[in-house]
Amino acid sequence: MNTIYSINGPVVKVRDTDDFSMLEMVYAGENRLVGEVISITAEETTIQVYESTTGLKPGESVTGSGMPVSATLGPGILSNIFDGIERPLKKLEEASGAFISVGSEVPHLDMEKKFDVTIKVKTGDMLEGGDIYAVCPETPVIEHRCMVHPDLKGEVIWTAENGSYRVNDTVVKLKKADGTVEELTLCQKWPIKQARPFKKRLPIEKPLITGQRVIDTILPIAKGGTAAVPGGFGTGKTMTQHQLAKWCDADIIVYIGCGERGNEMTQVLEEFSELVDPRTGKALTDRTVLIANTSNMPVAAREASIYTGITLAEYYRDMGYHIAIMADSTSRWAEALREISGRLEEMPAEEGFPAYLPSRISEFYERAGYVESLNGAEGSVSIIGAVSPQGSDFSEPVTQNTKRFVRCFWALDKALAYARHYPAINWNDSYSEYTEDLSDYYTENVDEDFLKYRLEITKILHEENKLMEIVKLIGSDVLPEDQKLIIEIARTVRVGFLQQNAYHKDDTYVPLEKQHLMMGSILNLYENCKKAVAAGVSTAALLETGLFEKVIKIKYDIPNDCLEMFKQLDKEVEEGIKKTIREVT
Amino acid sequence: MSLQYVGLKEINGPLVVLDNVEDAAYDEVVEIRLDNGGTRIGRVVEISGKRVVLQVFEGTKGLSLKNTRTRFLGKPMEMPLSTELLGRVFNGAGRPVDGLGEIFPEKYADINGQPLNPVSRTYPRNYINTGISSIDALATLIRGQKLPIFSGSGLSHNKLAVQIVRQAKIAEDNGQGFAVVFAAMGVKNDVADYFRRSFEESGVLQRVVMFLNLSNDPIIERILTPRCALTAAEYLAFEKNMHILVILTDMTAYAEAVREFSSSKGEIPGRKGYPGYLYSDLASIYERAGIINDAQGSITQIPILTMPNDDITHPVPDLTGYITEGQIVLDRGLEQSGVYPPVSVLPSLSRLMKDGIGEGYTRADHSAVSNQLFASYAKVIDARALASVIGEDELSELDKSYMHFGRMFEKYFVAQRDDDNRRIEETLDLGWNLLSLLPESALERVDEQLLKEKYNPSAAELFE
Repeated sequence: MNTIYSINGPVVKVRDTDDFSMLEMVYAGENRLVGEVISITAEETTIQVYESTTGLKPGESVTGSGMPVSATLGPGILSNIFDGIERPLKKLEEASGAFISVGSEVPHLDMEKKFDVTIKVKTGDMLEGGDIYAVCPETPVIEHRCMVHPDLKGEVIWTAENGSYRVNDTVVKLKKADGTVEELTLCQKWPIKQARPFKKRLPIEKPLITGQRVIDTILPIAKGGTAAVPGGFGTGKTMTQHQLAKWCDADIIVYIGCGERGNEMTQVLEEFSELVDPRTGKALTDRTVLIANTSNMPVAAREASIYTGITLAEYYRDMGYHIAIMADSTSRWAEALREISGRLEEMPAEEGFPAYLPSRISEFYERAGYVESLNGAEGSVSIIGAVSPQGSDFSEPVTQNTKRFVRCFWALDKALAYARHYPAINWNDSYSEYTEDLSDYYTENVDEDFLKYRLEITKILHEENKLMEIVKLIGSDVLPEDQKLIIEIARTVRVGFLQQNAYHKDDTYVPLEKQHLMMGSILNLYENCKKAVAAGVSTAALLETGLFEKVIKIKYDIPNDCLEMFKQLDKEVEEGIKKTIREVT
Repeated sequence: MSLQYVGLKEINGPLVVLDNVEDAAYDEVVEIRLDNGGTRIGRVVEISGKRVVLQVFEGTKGLSLKNTRTRFLGKPMEMPLSTELLGRVFNGAGRPVDGLGEIFPEKYADINGQPLNPVSRTYPRNYINTGISSIDALATLIRGQKLPIFSGSGLSHNKLAVQIVRQAKIAEDNGQGFAVVFAAMGVKNDVADYFRRSFEESGVLQRVVMFLNLSNDPIIERILTPRCALTAAEYLAFEKNMHILVILTDMTAYAEAVREFSSSKGEIPGRKGYPGYLYSDLASIYERAGIINDAQGSITQIPILTMPNDDITHPVPDLTGYITEGQIVLDRGLEQSGVYPPVSVLPSLSRLMKDGIGEGYTRADHSAVSNQLFASYAKVIDARALASVIGEDELSELDKSYMHFGRMFEKYFVAQRDDDNRRIEETLDLGWNLLSLLPESALERVDEQLLKEKYNPSAAELFE
């Protein structure tokens, strides 16, 4: 029997054994705490324990499970809330009350719940990894498709009747090439640190539509893409993630609360069960799975939570769904790596983070993508990771290393947040590499002028940025009229377009078509004003018309389903400015 | 009588090492008896085979390799609990120091607590009226929230904390089932005394549990202080259904104790010498606030921390801000210009505010007025920056009105007497009146109908 030799926080060592393999899941001590083997030498095997080690003693036994730390994949994942190693928190509550005690063993999925299963194969069919053999409605909006484990293939020799089955009931029997029979249930296991295989990656060409103007229009993210949201505390990282989780057009949301506040997870739970998904008319929880490892839960499980989340996402991707992962916050995950690395007395690189930090971050983000799965279905995993830079300093290692591996960078800005300009994404510091990839989509599906408008808008913002340097030194009064106009138009863009009110019923989600029309109205105002300024009208006189305020308030005044009102507004602006020109000249 | 180990192998700062120990458990408490009769309490922090590293809470002064007998108590650090805690004073390790004897425990609880299951939490929604305009309107305190005060040495954070304790109507029925848990970590004796006197004057002393680890007390005991305090708070809130306000001061001194302990253990330091696990460590304190589904009570935390050199990016305020649900930031400039409470409005924030204000909680127009005040005050800062370059006379008319609004806002809204207990309606109306100093078109965050109702240019006469 293998016994514990030393204990230091979550790190436990076993001496003189060769029974364990790397990344194997083990049970440590009398309470059977879940842990994972993280290093093996001839003398000692090192284990990181996913639960509190208080009370653990040297000499207590350590037993291996013979398999890596794995997620159980099957119906019952959606609408659920799990901890970092996929233990359902509601079941844990039933088992140990409001406070999580150590060594609670509960099955990952509800083993008693019955699902309405339709068998999709018949005796004699040859099946390969990824093939769908049964389907069942998991929630009112998502059909769960049970797929053959990627490592399996064989001939169907028996199938159950269509009917209601539990997760662990056998529904199909498969005869493998070596003659052994494999019983397929509704679920399978998959090691969380290993990416699930697919047939091939497909080019990225569809946007993940979020209904947030600054994202969809200025800094778009693609389905299968990656984005990082860095920002100091109070800049609205979590708020941005919540908005995306609520409104983005993915089929399924995996929300990973990694080392964050307990109350935030409670809020997501409450809010999402009340909110209705505009596309399906059903509760948002029907398409959401939450992974919660709050900041006071054991640190090793925090590292696992990220991998558990992405494994669940890949599983649904293989069924042919589009998944968006919100990871809040990846910095806490990096800190967990640092903490464990420190306990292992590894040589630190920057700021105490281990030298393998960049490779871990890249491994994680590379699991995103738009793919054709083994069964030929198209699916995608998009990752949106929050980063919490220490001291709001974007030069710290986690932000810098993340920046190298994502293609969308939404930098949150303290000054904007202080002025309560939300989402506080700074348009000057942020970028998206997807604009090019998505240009065909926007041109074909929204409007052929969309990209032209977008360019005009970003130009105005860029001009303003240059002018503000002068204004900060000498005030705006001394600028020539045409530059004053740019400042005012840029203000209209900022307040009327970029700023978005998450608590307003129309403004919280804005369809692309309206985003396009809003840009059109702002540019229409700009064009007309330019003519007026050229004719000698002062910017101050143009402001007095009240038309700027009118355009700013479009977001509230024109409901999302009355887009024909834009025509009238544009006309009104044109005539209003013409009238002013006449009066002045 | 359990086994005792005579002598020690090594002594290094607050850590001692014992060899040939059988059956020690991680995190277990030990009692070290000195030959001269004194006892010290310690805790197992590392086990390697039969070699055990202990952390001694009261310090290792006077210990030698020979003069000790160590006994392993077979349990983690526990604290005796009963409702008798109320009105008592303890040291940082949870032992009574007021001369009234030991308390008669109803139960013992592990001071490290256990993580609260997120599904067992109730999302906090009920606002607490503190009577302080800048907090009530702009960074509303919610029952069950953790809202720290970020301050600096010499600022009036203690006065503000006392005013909150005195004015906060934390329980629905005022007083019944309300208690304060006060933990002092590394604060000066005078400060602890100031709190005690203030509690006495406001007549709540019988409802206060005090844990005092003063600046000259052993530093390792400081690591226990907030944990003892929160164990008491959890007991009173979740088992005795009381509404508890926990004041933790000063978290910077606490973090320094953690750093000292870490470096004596020879751990790899992270930023500014603080250990890499400081975030997790602070979270294990701050996350012990909130409301749970099957209890009537609540824990609201107001940690106070002094930012070294007033630097908000220092690791302690920085990590705190990432864990807590907002922050109230105090500003030296305001303090020096005589504004009390010197609340720096822009960086102050309450994350739970959005769900605890408005119709049914405070007043329907609350979020509109607070958003507009924030946005307008941000413009004031821009205008001031410009004025410092080109002079106030050269500003545009709009910027001039921002300058005026800024002055009046600080004078009438932020500043208030320490016995001024403003009702929420008073605060919100004051906000509208101040906003009316600005031209109507500058109030772009408010929708037209509300603006019509609330914009009141004649209010300008009220301020001068």
